[in-house]
Amino acid sequence: MVQWTDFERATIQSVFEKMDYDDVGPAALSRCLVVYPWTQRYFGNFGNLYNAAAIQGNPMVAAHGKTVLHGLDRAVKNMDDIKATYAELSVLHSEKLRVDPDNFRLLADCLTIVVAARMGAAFTADVQGAFQKFLAVVVSSLGKQYH
Amino acid sequence: MSLTAKDKKMVKAFWAKVAGKAEDIGCDALSRTLVVYPQTKTYFSHWKDLSPGSAPVRKHGGTIMGGISLAVASIDDISAGLLALSELHAFKLRVDPANFKILSHNILVVLAILFPNDFNPEAHVAMDKFLAAVGRALSEKYR
Repeated sequence: MVQWTDFERATIQSVFEKMDYDDVGPAALSRCLVVYPWTQRYFGNFGNLYNAAAIQGNPMVAAHGKTVLHGLDRAVKNMDDIKATYAELSVLHSEKLRVDPDNFRLLADCLTIVVAARMGAAFTADVQGAFQKFLAVVVSSLGKQYH
Repeated sequence: MSLTAKDKKMVKAFWAKVAGKAEDIGCDALSRTLVVYPQTKTYFSHWKDLSPGSAPVRKHGGTIMGGISLAVASIDDISAGLLALSELHAFKLRVDPANFKILSHNILVVLAILFPNDFNPEAHVAMDKFLAAVGRALSEKYR
């Protein structure tokens, strides 16, 4: 089981409490599709992903970004058993969506950059450490049911 | 994944905006590397103070950014421009190349914090590609 320090627990709750999911979700997903364009392979039916402007203005990307962020909320509320919390989602991503789990890491990196931009100086090295540890656990849990 | 003409133009334009804060960027990026990826501290056992923003960290952060500046100036042939630095890293410093990715990530985080509006997705992809190219150039002479 993952051990969280008091600082890490408090930090994760605080970061997500202050976060505007409907702003950060779309920003992170659209950034991922621009910075790592091969991730677009999963969104063939999303319409125009032709360039950065199109991606950032695409309403289906925005909607899906919100879905993903609200999905992260489950881990925020169940930090002591993220693996069990995401077992079903892991099966979904593996069996139905067939997403290469390396993509979870790429999205996590983009989310870190977006949160850093929103939080500014408040995103200290210690906060970054806690946030990245949390995302690493999420990423690992989402990859657990792949076989 | 080599640098296109568009990438080079974006990197040069973005670098012109941020170069004034190069030392702060280097200091913060290196501080984050040491805190968030503690295994990187193994390269600096000879420093008295490894805490974020300490004198040796600030000085070394500045040195690193000098190398990045050189890479921007040599963007049309980064390998040639960084030849001496590549030899330094290969034969003397022997920094595991995995650490170039770690530092690059933290440089991007600091750019996002300091330039939240300018560091948009297009600037991000160009800088990510550029820093990856720098890492590759530095690893050239390793074996």
